[in-house]
Amino acid sequence: MELTTAWFILIAFFWVGYFVLEGFDFGVGMLVPVLGRDDTERRVLINTIGPVWDGNEVWVIVAGAATFAAFPHWYATLFSGFYLPLLAILVALIVRAVAFDYRGKRPDARWKARWDWCIIAGSAIPSLLWGVAFANIVRGVPIDASKEYTGDLFTLLNPYALLGGLTTTALFLTHGAFFIALKTSGDIRQRAHALAAKLGAGAAVLAVAFLSWTLGLRFQTGALVAAITAAVALLGALAANRAGRDGWAFAGTAVTIAAAVAALFLALFPDVMPSSTDPAFSLTAANAASTPYTLKIMSWTAVVFTPLVLLYQGWTYWVFRKRISVRDIPA
Amino acid sequence: MDALDLARWQFGITTVYHFLFVPITIGLIFLVAIFQTAWYRTGDEKWLKLTKFYGKLFLINFAMGLVTGIVQEFQFGMNWSDYSRFVGDVFGAPLAIEGLLAFFLESTFLGLWIFGWDRLPRRIHLACIWIAAIGTLLSAYFILAANSFMQWPVGFRYNPATGRAELTDFWAVLTNKVVLATFPHTVAACAMTGGALVLGVAMFHLMRGRDADKPAFRSAAKLGAWVVIIGFAGTAISGDSLGKVMTETQPMKMAAAEALYSTEQPASFSLFTIGTLDGKSEVYSITVPKVLSFLATGSFDGKVQGINNIQADYAALYGPGSYTPIVPVTYWSFRAMITLGAFAALVALISLWTLRRGRTPTSKWLMRAALVLPLVPLAANSAGWIFTEMGRQPWVVFGLMKTSAGVSPSVSAGEVLTSMIVFTLLYGILAVVEVRLLLTYARGGLPDVEPPKEKTDDDQLAFAY
Ligand code: HDD
Ligand code: HEM
Ligand code: HEM
Repeated sequence: MELTTAWFILIAFFWVGYFVLEGFDFGVGMLVPVLGRDDTERRVLINTIGPVWDGNEVWVIVAGAATFAAFPHWYATLFSGFYLPLLAILVALIVRAVAFDYRGKRPDARWKARWDWCIIAGSAIPSLLWGVAFANIVRGVPIDASKEYTGDLFTLLNPYALLGGLTTTALFLTHGAFFIALKTSGDIRQRAHALAAKLGAGAAVLAVAFLSWTLGLRFQTGALVAAITAAVALLGALAANRAGRDGWAFAGTAVTIAAAVAALFLALFPDVMPSSTDPAFSLTAANAASTPYTLKIMSWTAVVFTPLVLLYQGWTYWVFRKRISVRDIPA
Repeated sequence: MDALDLARWQFGITTVYHFLFVPITIGLIFLVAIFQTAWYRTGDEKWLKLTKFYGKLFLINFAMGLVTGIVQEFQFGMNWSDYSRFVGDVFGAPLAIEGLLAFFLESTFLGLWIFGWDRLPRRIHLACIWIAAIGTLLSAYFILAANSFMQWPVGFRYNPATGRAELTDFWAVLTNKVVLATFPHTVAACAMTGGALVLGVAMFHLMRGRDADKPAFRSAAKLGAWVVIIGFAGTAISGDSLGKVMTETQPMKMAAAEALYSTEQPASFSLFTIGTLDGKSEVYSITVPKVLSFLATGSFDGKVQGINNIQADYAALYGPGSYTPIVPVTYWSFRAMITLGAFAALVALISLWTLRRGRTPTSKWLMRAALVLPLVPLAANSAGWIFTEMGRQPWVVFGLMKTSAGVSPSVSAGEVLTSMIVFTLLYGILAVVEVRLLLTYARGGLPDVEPPKEKTDDDQLAFAY
């Protein structure tokens, strides 16, 4: 296999990791006001992701930096072109991360309520905007001969992209609800079950619509298979939820998100950022890539360290495998 | 202001801001790890209290380092897309490796440390903070290797067909002589910062705090003071070799650091200079003979090149234009770095003296000095970076690419202005919030602790958000 293809797959892998992992963090964050009826319950929810959200967030840093190293033109065009949405994502991630840490550092209720809003908005905005951004990448944006983005903010706000944003939001909400059901016990867990069923139904409708539209835009057999996998996994997750099998339900949405992201990347390949101005100006895995030497160095690093990361992150989930309930929260 | 100036301001603001938290993180995590190790070894509860007390301050600070770091990572592509295209082949690799090696380690093992007090065996829990601490050093090394490439590009060749710098030798990038000098210097500076925070807070409690807490804070103060003093010695020694490397690689920066307008042999070290506003000649100065020669070359009779001579050479080499950085900025930031560092070391020395053989200091002046102490090495760090980065101008990659050529062509001044205002406001608000929190927690005495026990099912979480 070409090294550029291998790196396209690796970049896709980092994004899949990011969306599967931070997807449920975002979901939990958005559900804080819905499932957390008082302060103790909200703390239960936040503590389900407490030990892991930071490690999950590093996936996006690595995805970004790996794109920089392996496909500098992709990184440059994408990040400068999608300037304002990325700014919004950054601001959201900043206030959200600070909120997790600072929320409990003072007893007063107004302080906590403010940080709660930061968590909610800080989870909702990236959920929506990452979907918008990826949909636009797949759909193609105006790019000129010198690889520069020539559109503006409103170019990015088209119906297909907005549907993409709603889809990721709904998927993350469902994924988060399943995670809460898996990680809590008692009353919260029951409510999470009930809510997940409704959210999942909505997510299924949106995901099928969005993925069909995607295939209509750029058909690839692989993308079709991935999209079908995503749909089947989501239905499986909903069935598992009805049967009270929390672990399977959560695994189901994890597969759904992974397969949906894979579908987008498969539809994209061999382009990395198609140009809607002229296909000749499209950024492809070949013309956006670094030199083979850089890719080789990066490959060795990735081959050695990615499994290690998976191993110790996996261990973290094992260490904190116990369910949390209101009884665990110190007064 | 055009998009370029705005992008430069934004980069300067956000990076200096990121580096207010980083030195505290790097310095303090090791001190907290040392406290916890002392507790693990001796079982003395005072070390556990110190671990938890300074650990809290560490975490409040860490959150800010983390969120401001993500901005840095994205900013190369957002604001400096042509720079990213030009150097991505070389510069992206250390950045990506930093994420893969260092950030995953730091974030995962800190998560385990924070929440693992009663979930993990004591030994493994202790290992977690040490692993995270090593992660911070790895991250510093890789990011500094990336930065050193900008100071002194090595291990690459310029490909005229693609107009890009292409990596030819990654090992050369990782062992750039600039990073070999910069890394120890930065780490020593970070140690000073962490030590000063521990010392300053401990001195406050020794003079104003509860009696019950004093034995613990006495130990903390001593450790902090020694770290500051040794850290300062470290910065001075490594700064000396850094100065020599800098003279070799960027003679203009050395000349600008000294406001040395014409070549001298031997050259004298300037203590105070007023120059003309156009940065071409000096009006008045106080100097120490021969010291600059020694600093720059290692010999008291070495030749040090002056700004005007280098400017003429560069204009001949690179084409017409100004190759002189803003001299007052380089000159004064260089002095601020050294003076502030020396001041912190002095306060640490005096503190140690007043603490000798069980004494407790009472001086009002020392109290005041202790209160500002944590800020002093921080300011020295900022000054050092402002010197390093502004002294490299007009280059973004020395000798290869000018800063003006690196900016994103597709991003408008309005967009940059928007983001700059957003970041500045947000960072301003967060600074107020975090400083208040830090003060609240620093003023409160040591926490009550129970030694962690193995978990039974009905226990509450020892740590919860
Ligand atoms: C507590 C902070 C601190 C202290 C006390 C010092 N430094 Fe420093 N210095 C830094 C913190 C720093 C820094 C912020 O960490 C820099 C910026 C870039 C770097 O590598 O380290 C720096 C840069 C820096 C550079 C520029 C390197 C370059 O641009 O390539 C030189 C020549 C020195 N230092 C020399 C010294 C000397 C001779 C010191 C004498 C005591 C000294 N520093 C104390
Ligand atoms: C953390 C400590 C650092 C500080 C405080 C700092 C500060 C600054 C400042 C003040 C400038 C503006 C100079 C000017 O425009 O006149 C600048 C420029 C720049 N720095 Fe740094 N820097 C730091 C580290 C780094 C590192 C590690 C990198 C790369 C990995 C880097 C990359 C850049 C780039 C690309 C520019 C060019 C943009 C510009 O000139 O404004 N910096 N930095
Ligand atoms: C301009 C270049 C820089 C970039 C792109 C950058 C990037 C980042 C990122 C993405 C994070 C968050 C990591 C996480 O989520 O855990 C971070 C934190 C950190 N950075 Fe930077 N950084 C820069 C400059 C520096 C410099 C110059 C140093 C050290 C010499 C440094 C040391 C650290 C450390 C130790 C942390 C972790 C501690 C903390 O989060 O407070 N960074 N940085």
